Amino acid sequence: MKGFIIKEFLQIFRDYRSMAILFGIPIAQILLFGFALNMDLNNAHIAIVNKSGDAKSIELINKINSSDYFIVDQVFNSETNIQAAFQRGEIKEVIVIPEDFAARLASNQKIELQVIADASDPNTASILVNYTQAVVSSFQSQNAKGSSAALPLIQVESRFKYNESLKSVYMFVPGVFTIILMLVSAMMTSISIAREKELGTMEILLVSPITPVQIILGKVFPYVLLSFINAGLILLMSAFVFGMPFSGSITLLLAEALLFILMALSLGIFISTVSNSQQTAMLLSMFALLLPTILLSGFVFPIKNMPEVLQWLSHLMPGKWFIIIVKAIILKGAGFADLWKETLIILSMTLFFIGLSIKKFNIRLATN
Amino acid sequence: MRTILFLLQKEFIQIFRNKMMLPIIIVIPIVQLLILSYTATFEIKNVSLAFVDQDKTQTSKELKSRFEHSPFFTTYAEADHIAQLEEAMLHQKVEMILVIPKDFEKHLNLSKKTDLQLIVDAVNGSAANLMASYANQIVLGFNSDIITELTGFNIKETGIHVVPRYWYNPELDYKTYMVPGILVLLVSLIGAFLSGMNIVREKEIGTIEQLNVTPIKKHQFIIGKLLPFWLIAMFDLCFGLVIAKIIFAIPILGSVWLILGVAAIYLILVLGLGLFISTITDTQQQAMFLAWFFFVIFIMLSGLFTPIEAMPEWTQRLNILNPIAYFIDFMRMVMLKGSGFSDVLSQILHITIYAIITMGLAIFRYRKRA
Amino acid sequence: MSKAVVVKDLTKKFGNFTAVNKLNFEVDKGEVFGFLGANGAGKTTAIKILCGLSKPSSGQVTVAGFDAYKQSELIKKNIGYMSQRFSLYDDLTIAENIRFYGGIYGLKRVEIQSKTKEYVKKLDLEEFEGRAVIDLPLGIKQKLAFSVANVHNPAIIFLDEPTSGVDPITRRQFWDMIYSEAAKGKTIFVTTHYMDEAEYCDRITIMVDGKIEALDSPSRLKKDFNAHNISDIFLKLSRKQNSTQN
Repeated sequence: MKGFIIKEFLQIFRDYRSMAILFGIPIAQILLFGFALNMDLNNAHIAIVNKSGDAKSIELINKINSSDYFIVDQVFNSETNIQAAFQRGEIKEVIVIPEDFAARLASNQKIELQVIADASDPNTASILVNYTQAVVSSFQSQNAKGSSAALPLIQVESRFKYNESLKSVYMFVPGVFTIILMLVSAMMTSISIAREKELGTMEILLVSPITPVQIILGKVFPYVLLSFINAGLILLMSAFVFGMPFSGSITLLLAEALLFILMALSLGIFISTVSNSQQTAMLLSMFALLLPTILLSGFVFPIKNMPEVLQWLSHLMPGKWFIIIVKAIILKGAGFADLWKETLIILSMTLFFIGLSIKKFNIRLATN
Repeated sequence: MRTILFLLQKEFIQIFRNKMMLPIIIVIPIVQLLILSYTATFEIKNVSLAFVDQDKTQTSKELKSRFEHSPFFTTYAEADHIAQLEEAMLHQKVEMILVIPKDFEKHLNLSKKTDLQLIVDAVNGSAANLMASYANQIVLGFNSDIITELTGFNIKETGIHVVPRYWYNPELDYKTYMVPGILVLLVSLIGAFLSGMNIVREKEIGTIEQLNVTPIKKHQFIIGKLLPFWLIAMFDLCFGLVIAKIIFAIPILGSVWLILGVAAIYLILVLGLGLFISTITDTQQQAMFLAWFFFVIFIMLSGLFTPIEAMPEWTQRLNILNPIAYFIDFMRMVMLKGSGFSDVLSQILHITIYAIITMGLAIFRYRKRA
Repeated sequence: MSKAVVVKDLTKKFGNFTAVNKLNFEVDKGEVFGFLGANGAGKTTAIKILCGLSKPSSGQVTVAGFDAYKQSELIKKNIGYMSQRFSLYDDLTIAENIRFYGGIYGLKRVEIQSKTKEYVKKLDLEEFEGRAVIDLPLGIKQKLAFSVANVHNPAIIFLDEPTSGVDPITRRQFWDMIYSEAAKGKTIFVTTHYMDEAEYCDRITIMVDGKIEALDSPSRLKKDFNAHNISDIFLKLSRKQNSTQN
């Protein structure tokens, strides 16, 4: 048994490409995505159609241009060029300033400011319209001389809990963490077992005095350790590189991570028992495991806005529960008392997959 | 030429004899399009909101009903103290808490300033920002009505009003935006993975050695190996376009021929990547992980899920090397905005040059050796 | 050109490791030439160089009259090769495998069809005809692989441990096939680690640690080494090698 585990370790460590994959990928991904994935738009390129051309309209353009949100790329005299500019993808938004802007502003008349957004990307479009609204309101209150009516009586004071500076990285790090553990643990084991089957070395192991359970344990143990080291590395980076707050207990987090790794490994074993080649194992892992983990776990997209069927489906995603746990511990400082339900779900998933694999395994042995 | 035909015949027999293959070619596009396009949405609605009403007057009631009637918010609970709601926020039952202070109505009637407090669960920073701005708009509307009521001065008839127009997608339907990107994802994965794995598999089981002692030419081997996957990926793209058009009613404003033509070049690029990966790996496991490594990065940085404009400068520059980013950009522009050849010339040029480089590199690296 | 293979001072190095060290031998046309050695002695490396799968580090190699450095693609046209790993496509049928390899070697459709009929008949494969190769017993697979390596009627056939893992009766039948090809004037170059098979060869070389330690006909070698069989010679050479190392 000990010798068998050592053989597995040697096989993994000797293959420098696999080692690079096991440690290089997680580190590269967490760094890249931590820095790169971001929802906050800055410096969107826009165009302005200025039909008025007076001093006030120039003032408004300058105000828009000097905000962090926008770069005024082009100023047109009429609306005719808009379509072409959108089609070339040069600009995301056009603000149309109507005739007699300054005069109407001075006489306190109603002014309609048309904002045309390229809504082929609806998210960006609505964010940009929001930003425009904010810049225009502030322009208006600067220009509303004396008329107290324009000043808002009610002011909203927003407090952003758990993430005061609204950093996107807080949202993405738990997701990337989950995906990497899933990828390394489940995919690696399923493929490594399928490989032994494909190359026929599994049969040699099966006729040896080692029991099937020992074989599986021996295969899995190195990956438990490697995944756990990975988890530690990622957490260190998220603390020291991205400044994640870590409000909760680190011990609890590591224990939960260990549980999730075990779940992923048992899932990997299960996949390997139902697939007979590496290619099948890979495709199963990819489409049954990785994409759903990215999409249905709340990693990038909020689950509650999805159609109900998919929300139901998301409950079956182990990653969903783990992301909740990680976010709650790191950002919200939750304790075990708050998370026992999610923990229990992952635990029962683990047992379910182990049970299923043993059953499958025994059937296969019996039929041979 | 004859040799290539024999190779193609053999590849097609093998591909279609594999029981997994047909489901992969047919089912994956459908599943990806259906699931991805429904899940990948940033739309914010039904934000679960809780009130802490310390005023309990007609005015505060009025403000609350404004929120209740908005499509963005659903009321979860009311409490007397914020402390009672902390637990609910921790468990994501409540995403936003609005605190209406004591003497809210009294201050307003005296035209005195008054502060509302808004507490937002900001784990998802950008969503929190958007939720807060929706809340702000409701309060702003309420504010101007109050002013009209108090002073008779109708704020709605004066001042600057922003009138948004959403071109190309007036309903702000997120699916319209996602589907072209997902089509790109689909053909990229099919192309690179299936071709790369296929060649490494021959290496792993040893049949490649038998091929290498035959007088088969390098170009014959490469064409024979890649053409089937090129055809499969092209088929999947057409299939996906039909699903997009029929099921999702996605407009295809630009030229379909332009899309197919550029896709044909793009697939050479992708297959070149697959071939290149197969030349530097020995096992399917390695090939797969290498392919995954690059594709996860390509996909995440491609602007499929998060806007490229929101990324830091250096990652935007990294996208010069990202084939998926060019093709997604191209597909979205042509399908959704009807951009023509001259509008997307830069993307086409990049894809073409990139295709020549990857395919060239892969052919150069490929050795008829054991 | 009366020699099928001419090798002078052939050396192959992988980094610091010398897998094949200054080999010198010639193989006559129509000869059954045996290549013996323990696992890792350099047999497979040498055969891969002869087949054009790998380039030599130094020395001269001529196969079927072509130079291994510059004309490896011409060599490939004139040789057949059967590797120690099973090299037919598992998921294709017998006829599909023959058609594929025949097509690659440029056989006409008619020729492919007649070859298929011939092999099916000769190897008694009627019952397996429509089935994937994966379902064939190992012995039949090896005989089929040999036939496929021979489909384009090459002048030289290289066999890399063709009979490993095969039962004695099938091995005997396999050697009958080898003899019948040799009788047609073909050169057979075969590596093996079954010492009894060595007796079937016209001439054998014994490789130890990348070097040729003996080269002659089996009967001459037995006389020179004063041994009863090839196995004894092989053991003697291995021991000698070990003692000089220690």
